[in-house]
Amino acid sequence: MFPEFGKPIKLATNEFIDWLIINHGDFFEAIANVILTILVALEKLLRGTHPVVTIAVIGLIAYAASRRFSLVALMIGAMYFIGALGLWEKAMQTIAIMLVSIGLAIAIGIPTGIFSARSNRLRVIINPVLDLMQTIPSFVYLIPAAMLFGLGKVPAILATVIYATPPLIRLTDLGIRMVDSEVVEASRAFGATRWQLLRGVQIPLALPSIMQGINQTTMMALAMVVIASMIGARGVGETVLLGLQRNDSGEGLIGGMAIVFLAIVFDRISQSYGTRLQAFRNVAH
Amino acid sequence: MAQIEVRNIFKIFGDKPQSVLARAQNGENKDDILADTGHTVGLSDVSLDIEEGEIFVVMGLSGSGKSTLIRHFNRLIDPTAGHITVEGTDVMTLGTDQLIKFRRDKMSMVFQRFGLLPHRTVMQNVGYGLEIQGVEKAKREEKAREWIDQVGLAGYEDSFPSQLSGGMQQRVGLARALCTDPEILLMDEAFSALDPLIRSDMQDLLLALQTKLHKTVVFITHDLDEALRIGDRIAILKDGALSQVGTPADILLSPADDYVRAFVKDVNRARALNVDVIMRPPALRLTDETIEEAMAQMRKAGEEYGYVTYDNEYRGVVTLEAMEELNGDGKIKWAREIADLTHSVHPDEPIEGAVPAALTVDYPIPVVCDEGELVGIVSNEDMVSVLDQPDADSGEELRH
Repeated sequence: MFPEFGKPIKLATNEFIDWLIINHGDFFEAIANVILTILVALEKLLRGTHPVVTIAVIGLIAYAASRRFSLVALMIGAMYFIGALGLWEKAMQTIAIMLVSIGLAIAIGIPTGIFSARSNRLRVIINPVLDLMQTIPSFVYLIPAAMLFGLGKVPAILATVIYATPPLIRLTDLGIRMVDSEVVEASRAFGATRWQLLRGVQIPLALPSIMQGINQTTMMALAMVVIASMIGARGVGETVLLGLQRNDSGEGLIGGMAIVFLAIVFDRISQSYGTRLQAFRNVAH
Repeated sequence: MAQIEVRNIFKIFGDKPQSVLARAQNGENKDDILADTGHTVGLSDVSLDIEEGEIFVVMGLSGSGKSTLIRHFNRLIDPTAGHITVEGTDVMTLGTDQLIKFRRDKMSMVFQRFGLLPHRTVMQNVGYGLEIQGVEKAKREEKAREWIDQVGLAGYEDSFPSQLSGGMQQRVGLARALCTDPEILLMDEAFSALDPLIRSDMQDLLLALQTKLHKTVVFITHDLDEALRIGDRIAILKDGALSQVGTPADILLSPADDYVRAFVKDVNRARALNVDVIMRPPALRLTDETIEEAMAQMRKAGEEYGYVTYDNEYRGVVTLEAMEELNGDGKIKWAREIADLTHSVHPDEPIEGAVPAALTVDYPIPVVCDEGELVGIVSNEDMVSVLDQPDADSGEELRH
């Protein structure tokens, strides 16, 4: 009754992946090595630093972002609790993966968002791709990713980036499109170049939206830690996975709690920084 | 040659504007073109000459294409067809870099909703144009401070736009536009978003600055009173085409078509027109006559009044009646000694300024300029002829 599409697609894909591995394996390995080098250095730094120092630094970042002591206390409390769960080392591994993933997502997402805001045609092309990235089950691309980059942290980061970048692209695009057209016209009328317009007007005014995007990206990246641990990335996701595999509900719960507390730390800090950026909008008349 | 020359500008909005250009150029109705092709004719065959140093007002209702037109001058919008020449340079031929330089050097713009950068202070906003040009910080702050003073915002340098009232924000907009010392100022409904009182303040500020600066100002408005108040010349735009271009007096006294006529119908002419529009040469001008000579001249000319000037200076009005009352007693020799200087008007004063004097005395009011010279007289009949609406009936028909 149906024509057979499944089999040829399956075969073609497998052949394509084989071809990639045979002909361009070195290229993918080189990428993997760069990411891995950065990740390992970061992980080493985080694990080598005494927890007191790390907690103090997080407190300082919280203060810099919010200027509120209540938030500082909350952040220190959350990190202290993760340590008390016995998951400090693993949390540091997760933070390292998170930071590298978010860094990559920003490096890809913001420029893509800017280009997409400039051209309606590009947006028409990008939109379905973003939908695909957010809906396709991550295991589908984890298999070829693991084959190309090897098992472990790099495919985990790749999967995280694919899943977590779309909101940043969308919100950067939206933020830039929402900038008051008269302000953009004013800048152009004074003879601003494209770069001056972007740097001096569009990005600063889209920043609240971009920060919202970074916040969303961070939250979605955290949602990927359990899946990442399935292909061998270390971290708190491992604890959850272990609980699942051993039918150990308690183990699963403490892993889950650590993820939630990490999420709170990332979320609160990036949110309050975003709010403070908008201070000029909220001055009383 | 005019400073800005606009020649046969067409602007068509839609997917393929060139495809309907020929139809618009043949003068087809814009509603027909819209119905047939889905393209909107924004501007249709607009040609204008704007002279250096004048305030040129483009007036039209919303949708008339006035904001589209002003954006053609600095090419924020490109026309579908036509040419714009600024000081001999065809703006349409400029490449990207030249266009940026042109925008930096020649023109700046003031916007209806101010277009200020909300994340920057007043100082940073005013200095923005210079910053774009790469002027160093100390120098641009010095310049910016100067203009902030000029528009009366000293003390607000470090405020953000959201901390200021609408009128103050537009002062920032004006200072920002003037800070780059452009030759041409484009003002897009610059005062339309302000309260009436503030708007009138801003008009005063603009006129005061203009007497010092003599910029070429292209001013867009939908408010005829504003156009008449500040415009040296006014262009009236309807459905993307020009209805009339002329001085405020031209527009009020000889409207080109029914549309303009309907527009100017409700204007308070006594306030909108100045005395110089209706003044005429004095019937009898006296210089250094004695009383007897003056009486003789008046009787000969059949006039009851004479206007005395001496040393090129206006000295007052003498009436035949007053001189007859003296009965030639010889105490007063010169006609100028009994001349009455009480009533006179300035040529730039609105006609309504002459009304109190006209009601007080029964001779035509003398018009005296800044230098003290007598330039004309205004009679009650002249005032009535201008203030009376000769074609009020046709205006009435348009309304129904």
